[in-house]
Order: sequence, then structure tokens, then C-alpha cells
Amino acid sequence: MKFLLHSRVQKSVVLVVGIVLLGIAMVASVLYGIQNFRIATAIEAYTSFTGSNEQLIILHTRVPRAIVAAFVGGSLALAGVLLQALTRNPLASPSVFGINSGAALLIVVALFLFGGMFTFTQMMWVGFLGAALTALIVYILGSAGRGGMSPVKVTLSGAAVAAFASSLTSLFMLIDDKTMEEALYWLVGSVSGRDLRHAQMIIPYLVTGWILSIFLAGSLNLMALGDDVAKSLGQKIVWVKACIVIVVVLLAGGAVALTGPIGFVGIVIPHICRYLVGIDHRWVIPYSVVMGGMFLVLADLVSRFLLMPEEVPVGVATAVIGVPFVIAIVRRRAHE
Amino acid sequence: MNKFAVVRSQKPLLSFQIHVRSFVIIGMLISLLAVAIVASIGLGSIRIPVSEVLKSLVGMGDSTFQLVVVNLRLPRILVSVMVGAALAVSGAILQALVRNPLASPDLIGTTNGATAAAVAFIAFSNGTYSIHWLPLVALIGGFFAASLTYVTAWKRGLSPFRFALIGVSISAAMGALSVYFMISGPLYLTSQALGWMSGTVYGTSWDHVLTILPWVVGFLLVTIIQSRTLNVQELGDDIAKSVGVQVERKRLILIAVSVALAAAAVGIAGGIGFVGLMAPHMARKLVGSSYGALLPTSALLGGLFVLLADSAARTLFVPLDVPAGVFTAAVGAPFFMYLLYRSKRE
Repeated sequence: MKFLLHSRVQKSVVLVVGIVLLGIAMVASVLYGIQNFRIATAIEAYTSFTGSNEQLIILHTRVPRAIVAAFVGGSLALAGVLLQALTRNPLASPSVFGINSGAALLIVVALFLFGGMFTFTQMMWVGFLGAALTALIVYILGSAGRGGMSPVKVTLSGAAVAAFASSLTSLFMLIDDKTMEEALYWLVGSVSGRDLRHAQMIIPYLVTGWILSIFLAGSLNLMALGDDVAKSLGQKIVWVKACIVIVVVLLAGGAVALTGPIGFVGIVIPHICRYLVGIDHRWVIPYSVVMGGMFLVLADLVSRFLLMPEEVPVGVATAVIGVPFVIAIVRRRAHE
Repeated sequence: MNKFAVVRSQKPLLSFQIHVRSFVIIGMLISLLAVAIVASIGLGSIRIPVSEVLKSLVGMGDSTFQLVVVNLRLPRILVSVMVGAALAVSGAILQALVRNPLASPDLIGTTNGATAAAVAFIAFSNGTYSIHWLPLVALIGGFFAASLTYVTAWKRGLSPFRFALIGVSISAAMGALSVYFMISGPLYLTSQALGWMSGTVYGTSWDHVLTILPWVVGFLLVTIIQSRTLNVQELGDDIAKSVGVQVERKRLILIAVSVALAAAAVGIAGGIGFVGLMAPHMARKLVGSSYGALLPTSALLGGLFVLLADSAARTLFVPLDVPAGVFTAAVGAPFFMYLLYRSKRE
């Protein structure tokens, strides 16, 4: 396979450049939108707080938004990397594993049974729980019986469970209008309107997922050679697969709990990263976090300008800026 | 039961093998479908006993029943069966060509392209054009998106992987476009478009049946004739070439057939999910992966699931007529999980 960066120095330099660009993108995300600010205003919001409108917007809208987008984008991309390795399927993403639809189902069920009596925070945990439960069901279905978890089995049970869950979700929404109205907020992925307080509750899980996946990198490289080879090289594959599933739940479950389902990032960023650094997961993992974060921050920024003064859902913007990229990269790659 | 029966005749020199198990399963599915059709005709706000259903079908029933059966329920049921069959076969073809179990008509942009075209039509026609043009517009949208995928993925040949990944992107782009039209269009559009996206066969008439019937039957026959090519395509380009298949040409034809089937189904019924992805897998668990048996089995399963889903959708929540697309997974997924579970025991 062809990839761009070969030496370790190149890879490190580009990674650092990526982190700097991520920082610049986040600053831009804080400064630009329907209202544009100067960088001095943003700094003053922290150093000499006066309570002016501008400062409030920066503190309570723009900064949380940039932070949420960066963390969620990175986590979704990384979850995509892990799932593509686990299922050995280049089209795998958190939604294929039923994470998004599971979270949505439990949220809708909670709204249906208890109405709007939950706080935002509680709903967030309901979503997280739903994601975790679905992943557990997919894992059990995909690995019960002889032969353990096979990539195809787990992919298909994931797709079936996801379809089943979203079918039930639409049903609950159809039979009860009130549930539908309240649920729509949760079912459309968005990085805006998320409080820093809520982000702070979820981010530790995401970061734990990042750290754990770095430890998994070596095993992932061996797993890519096939179960038999990995086993003969001393990998406890059942254990490794279980760990991957747990990390995916932390990352994608946390992400969907915070922002709702955001597609495309999880499928596409892993491919872009592999185009840059090859298939070594010790590099793909940090790259996917940085690139995923940068991608979602930029998509969020673009979403403010596409239909000014209205904002389009961030999912639209991810497609708008992502698609040309993917086509270019996929076309450049050598025939596989 | 994994045996073959050999059929030979001396007069016209003819000899072929029949996989007994597949034959039995296809026979069972046909009977099941027939039973389901009769049962479904009987169900609804006016209940019709089985004997009356059968009488009405041959044109000897009570005039009220006759009207309900022939003019209202039968076309809807036939459309559901054909839509399901078309989607299932479309998915089966793509799974062989892309060599990925996640392939389905949604994957290469057909469904989302049709949706984007439909939403744009509703948004911009503003009632100046008849709603009867909607299926055609959706069909064109589906074809456009799939061709875009094909052309963009072409680079000295079509690698299945490139095709799939670009398909995902084009599909996402079309999805984004639909949302964009929805936001920029008038408010009532949103609910209309959402209904379209979940997929419904509500209000289909004999016109729909007659429009879709030749199309679906024709392309299904083409597919079945091509089933040997599909078997070979699934093994990889090199093997396919070495046994003498014109890989690219056949691939283009098969993709076109798959898109034609899916786009017609989506044009009539909107975005009915699950069937295109899952019916072929269920068929594979039942009759194995040889396309000769796989295609009819997928078609029957697809038809059966959309029919059951629509029957449930129109009878369970009376007076609400729920979109059938909501139920296809609810009906089909448990069965698939059972098959998955069972096949592990063997």
C-alpha cells in the first residue's frame, strides 16, 4: 500500500503540525460565526471578565462548542479505527455497531415512559447506557457459539441490531407526538448548545479511551494479520477483542451521549490517516484523534456559514468538506 | 439434505442439477408468501374471511369485498412484495460486486440520491407539477447518484473497495443535500420528506403495480440469467478474468441492474431500509451462497418482509397508517438473529 509519510521524523513533524492546526482551527471556531470577535476580546473574557454580551457568547457558546467538537471528532475517528480493525471491514463505523441507534432507542424509551422529567445530564447518561447495552448485545450475538467472534458475524449482528433499534425508535416516535418533539433534539447530531459542565462529565471517558487504545496499538497491528497469526504470536485474542469493544463504548458511547449521532467522521478519517501514515496503529491512533478533532471543528465552523444566518446541522457540513477529500484520496491510492 | 437431484431428459438434450435443500426452501417460501398475501388481504379495518378473499380474487365475491380486495388491498400488497424483492436482489448483486457484507442499495448512493431528488422536487415544484412525477424524479435522482459514484470511482477499472468508499461519500453528500433542501424549503416540507424517507406503500394503486411490474420482473430475469457471473465476480477480479468473464463490462451491467431495481423501488415506496442489506444474508444462511438459489430466495424473503411489515404497519395502529419502512427491521431482525444463532450451532 502507498502512503505519504515514511520516516518517523516526518510522521512526528506532521503530527505536531496537525496539533498546531487543530489549535488554530479551535481559535477560529471561537472567533468566527454570526458575530466575529477579535482575539483580544476572547482573551479578555478570561483575564478581565466584565459580563458583556461578547464575553458571554465566547465563554458560554463558542469555547464549549470548539472543545466539544475537538474531543468528539477525535473520539469518533478513533472509534472508527478500532472498529475497522475489529471487523476487518473498511466500511465499519460506530453506527454499524449499533452505538448510535442504541443510544437513540433508550433516550426515546425514557422520554416515552417518563416524559420530560429527566435533566440534560440524566438524558446524557441514558444515551451512554443505551450505547453500551447495544454494544454488549452485538458483542454477545457476534461471539456466542463455536469459533468465537468472527469479523463477518460481528459486523452483521451489529447491522441487524442497529436496524432493529432504529425501527423501534421510529415506532415510539410515531405513536407519541410529544416523544417525537423532544427526541428530535437528541436524534440530530449537533455540537452546539452543549454546556462546558456536560462536556467535563464526558471528556474523562473519552480521554480514557484514547489512552487505552494507545496500549492496544501493538495488539491491533498483530490482529490485522488474522486471528491465527495473532494467536500464534502470543496474543490473547478474545481478551483483546473484548478490550476493543470496551474502548469503543467509551469513545463512541461518550460521543453520542454528548452530541447525538454524527456520521461520516468515523468512516472517513481512519482512511485519511492511513493514507498519511500507513497501517501501523501506533501512528494511526494519534493521527485519527488529531485529524478527527480538526475535521469536526472545521465542519462546525463551516456549518455556521453555509446558510447564514441559519446554521445547518454539522452532519451536512461534514459531508460538504469531507466528500471531496475522500474522493481525492481514495482515487490516489494504489489499486488494492 | 445437502444433496443434488439430477434432472435429465433425452428428447431435448437437457441435464441439470437441483440442490434439493434450496428447492425445498424456495418452495416453502413461495407457499408462505401466498399464505401471507391471502392473510394480509383479509386484515384491515374491514375484516374479510379467507373464503371471501379467495372468491374476490377470482372475481366471484361480494361486491363490497370485491372493491376492497381488488382496488385497495391487492395493489398495495403486490407493490410491497415487488419493492421488497427488488431491494433484496439489488442488495444481493452489490454484495457480490463490492465483496463486502455491508453492501446495500444505500451504500452506493441510490437511496439517498433518490431521496435528495424527491425532496428537491417537493421543495421547488411547489405544487406546479403533479405529485405523480415524484417516482420518476426519484428514479432519476437514484440513477444520477449511482452514476456519479461509478464515474468518480473509475480509474483504469473499478476497484470494489474504491467503489464502496466513494459510494459512502456520495451517499453522505446526497444525504446532506436532502437536509439542506429541507432546511431551506418551506416548513411543511419537513414532515412530507420524513415520511418519504421512512418508506411507505400507502395509497398505491394499480397504476403503480403496472408501472413497476414489467420493470421489476424484467430486471429480476436479467439478474437470474447473470447469476453465474455473480458467483464468479464474488471470487475476485483475477479469478473472474481467468475463467473468461469480461469483468468490467459485466460489472457495469450488473451495477446498472442493481441500481435500476433499487431506484424503482425507492421511487415508488421511498427509503425502505434493512431489506436490501439483510435479506441476502438471510438467504445465504438458508440456501448457501450460490447465486442461482440465492437470488430467488432473497427476492422471496425481501417481498415477504416488506409485505409483513406493511401489514403490521397498517393494522396495528389503526387509524394511524404507519410507514412500512418502520417495521421492516422490526419484523426481519429477530429472524436474522435467529439464523445467525442457529448457524453457529452447526
